Amino acid sequence: MADPLHQFEIHPIMPLQIGGVDVSFTNSSLFMALSVLATTVFLVGGMMNAKQIPGRWQGLVEMSYEFIAGMLHDNVGTKGRQYFPLIFSIFMFVLMGNLLGMIPYSFTYTSHIIVTFGLAIFVFLTMTLIGIIRHGLHYFTLFVPKGAPVFMLPIIVPIEVLSYLSRPVSLAVRLFANMMAGHTMLKVFAGFTVALGVFGVAPLAVNVALTAFEVMVAILQAYVFTILSCIYLHDAVHLH
Amino acid sequence: MDMEAARMIGAGLAVFALSGVGLGIGNIFSSLISSIARNPSSRDQVFPMGILGFALTEAVALFALLIAFLILFK
Repeated sequence: MADPLHQFEIHPIMPLQIGGVDVSFTNSSLFMALSVLATTVFLVGGMMNAKQIPGRWQGLVEMSYEFIAGMLHDNVGTKGRQYFPLIFSIFMFVLMGNLLGMIPYSFTYTSHIIVTFGLAIFVFLTMTLIGIIRHGLHYFTLFVPKGAPVFMLPIIVPIEVLSYLSRPVSLAVRLFANMMAGHTMLKVFAGFTVALGVFGVAPLAVNVALTAFEVMVAILQAYVFTILSCIYLHDAVHLH
Repeated sequence: MDMEAARMIGAGLAVFALSGVGLGIGNIFSSLISSIARNPSSRDQVFPMGILGFALTEAVALFALLIAFLILFK
């Protein structure tokens, strides 16, 4: 049986070294560039010749705008408006990454822990900085839940700090594990299909169902990453 | 015991965690269905939370599956 983990290998397309650091343009970078290109074409193309009554493409662009704007409004309130470009970019980057990976023979850049960890650490540091800039050192009262009796604080505060620090880790691992496990499962069932010969229709049918499930998971994981970022933004903007 | 056999046993043990996840997801959707049954007009507010809960619980399942695959193929 072929190795199902082979699909996650990174191949440099244009090798490049700057001062001993490998910064080659790889298949991962290619797909990241493609996802930015796809998002730009989607947004700009839909809004060219924009009409008062939207056609199909413009309707889709407006729906995606409303979706994120609604999410920000529900979770952060009116102060969330200024963070719209950040949250929209995060959503589109993760969504396009996941969806482009569903194309056969393509590469899912979100299936690498370094990419998802980079995104998660970026979200975490951004939200912490926003909180500290808005509230100063008062931001650290986030670790003291309202109504907790004072004698319990030496137990509660370290637990709260630990759960706050685990946020980027859980964000990163959730997206990475979903993408890697999903794609590995698809490859494993594909291996069974080839190995069984005629009876390979059974794993093939499972693979068809799994592909549909993976498309749903791709969209869902982008939504979950974004809504958790909005929830952390809520914590940063309105402590508690 | 040779490596291949130990790998198989390890992967099998790792997927034990999925039983808890199955219970959790069943719990989420059972309460989603009862709350929509009690108050059908709350559907648009409750459904996104149900999906968020499902995705978060599924993440735990995938942590376990990830460990199983790592044991099996590395």
